[in-house]
Amino acid sequence: MSEEYRSMWKDLGLDLEAHDALLAALGQGYKDVFMTQENRPKGMEYFDFVVSQVHGLRVKELLDEKAAGRKVIGSFCVFVPEEIVRAADATLVGLCTGADFATEEVEKYLPRNTCALIKSAFGFKLGKVCPYIESADMIVGENTCDGKKKSYETLGKLVPNLYVMDLPQVKTAGGRELLRTEYLRFKTAVEDLTGVKIDAARLKKGIEIVNNKRKAIHRLAKLRKADPAAISGLDALLINQVFFYDDPVRFTNSVNRICDELEARIAKSEGVFPKGAPRVLLSGCPMAVPNWKLPWIIETSGAVIVGEESCVGERGTRNLTEPKGETVDDLMDAIVERHFKVDCAIFTPNPDRIAHVKEMAGDYKADGVIHYSLQFCQPYIMESIPVEKELESARIPTLRIETDYGSEDAGQLKTRIQAFIEMIGSK
Amino acid sequence: MDYPRCAGIDIGSRSIELVVVEGSRVTESRQADTGYDPISQAKTILEGVSYDRIMATGYGRALFEIAFEAPTVTEIKAYAVGVRSVFPDAKTILDIGGQDSKAIALTEDGRVGKFEMNDRCAAGTGKFLEIMARSLGYGLSEFGREALKAAKPLQINSMCTVFAESEVTSLVAKGENRRDIAMGLHRSVVRRAVSMLKRVSAARPLVFAGGVALNPCMIKLLEEAMDSPVNVPEQPQMMGALGAALLACGAFGRP
Repeated sequence: MSEEYRSMWKDLGLDLEAHDALLAALGQGYKDVFMTQENRPKGMEYFDFVVSQVHGLRVKELLDEKAAGRKVIGSFCVFVPEEIVRAADATLVGLCTGADFATEEVEKYLPRNTCALIKSAFGFKLGKVCPYIESADMIVGENTCDGKKKSYETLGKLVPNLYVMDLPQVKTAGGRELLRTEYLRFKTAVEDLTGVKIDAARLKKGIEIVNNKRKAIHRLAKLRKADPAAISGLDALLINQVFFYDDPVRFTNSVNRICDELEARIAKSEGVFPKGAPRVLLSGCPMAVPNWKLPWIIETSGAVIVGEESCVGERGTRNLTEPKGETVDDLMDAIVERHFKVDCAIFTPNPDRIAHVKEMAGDYKADGVIHYSLQFCQPYIMESIPVEKELESARIPTLRIETDYGSEDAGQLKTRIQAFIEMIGSK
Repeated sequence: MDYPRCAGIDIGSRSIELVVVEGSRVTESRQADTGYDPISQAKTILEGVSYDRIMATGYGRALFEIAFEAPTVTEIKAYAVGVRSVFPDAKTILDIGGQDSKAIALTEDGRVGKFEMNDRCAAGTGKFLEIMARSLGYGLSEFGREALKAAKPLQINSMCTVFAESEVTSLVAKGENRRDIAMGLHRSVVRRAVSMLKRVSAARPLVFAGGVALNPCMIKLLEEAMDSPVNVPEQPQMMGALGAALLACGAFGRP
């Protein structure tokens, strides 16, 4: 498939040689991690196709959109409201952050002990291998953790079109007001970029499209409560990852289609793991494509992942935007309300997140929780200890893992994870 | 009544241990260096040993699983089972091996209730002590004994093996007594082990196992730091292989 897209990549300014190497590694990794799974739902073929085309057809679609006068906006965070972007007929895409790339080059700009996700974003930019960041008409940075907000000061010098959104860190009336102010400012920026005046009808349409996408994911999440599990955690994570790239309407239909299939499987008690397999809930930092190391170790060790308490997962998708109100003001309020509930670890205090992890562990009948922190991600590492304490006091076994995108710790991770699975599986 | 002969093999980063049990009786017990080719070393250690079942544990268990089509268990569960067979009341285990250290809390009935394991580096492991012994010119077996003779123990601040080695070099260059340095090094390993133990469990009895439990200075310092007696099996480095052998028989929990 590569050949037909080479000129497109070249025009985007990608480093073709480095990009070839990246695609080869991604393809091999995908084959090893996903295609070796047995009895996958047929509906996964669509998502396999999307991943195989993640730098190909999907990018071409975006460029076609641009040629037709519509805009592409890139983001690193679930606080960037897709409703507003859709309302202006623009497309929101998640930017590349899931693998180490051009690390030596990155460390000229960022300290070594920066989390892998931030380094990766820079690596893809500096290594010229992310077609999304190169296609984006606007890149939205957001003031979440210190690492991200300070790194945007540097990223702003590397790209011509960085827009930085401020975010609250406390859930008070003042915090909500800040989010509202920032979302209104973002709406104006999107209007300026696209030349589209966002009215109430447009906002309603945007809310509907994005809500439908979330509803499909909610349906998928609910089906993961079944034992035996009808879909692997890896495949479900992949769907949650594709959430950030695909055309929203097509994505929604594809998720609903696989849900139909999963319902039929569940009715026949058919699964991808034996009934009674140990069930694990993952909680913590987001996992962007192709960061599949931890779930792969967990599921090849005999446990099934039944949920992700993560921005690439339920933390990011769980609430709908109430489509109530008839004015732009009302609808913007609804968008603010919905996003203000996201219990990201940058908030202090952040009791909602702990409550949600506990609630998910119960809902999905998890035998244990694996808390995943990226090394140097202070907010989630800090929260990992209270999360562990709270879960253990509720008699939910918990394993805290701190790792990065490298593979040199795979041996030790395997031992810890397998021992944890032995522990929760022998109850 | 004839018991099946069950073997357990623990392929660690530094050494391989083999135990064969018949019923609860240990009928064979061997040890060898892991070297650079663990599978051929495993084959050598198994020469002339007869067994009906075998289970592998330790860092090299996955290699063994492929080469011998044998079931495996993590060293964490294997140590829990091995230690409980020697100390049936054990509640907490500290296992320090060649490149890992682990603190394990056991439930009433001997299952693993919680555990912690060191992260990716060699700090606080047998490897750390081995490198430090070498840089002070001690053999591994005399290192702990000599440290116990320290008159004025020194404080070693670096936990990182690389930094600690240069700290040792500079202390040696200052003319410090090497026993005092040795004691400081042991204390730093114990400090790290104790903080891991305290995160996992306060329950007693406490058992110290793994190859580093052969070191008398480590035992003494651990008893002082935990303010409680520390039980050490006669062959602490064999507990993983013993646990795997018992699990191969299905004698404890599920194999």
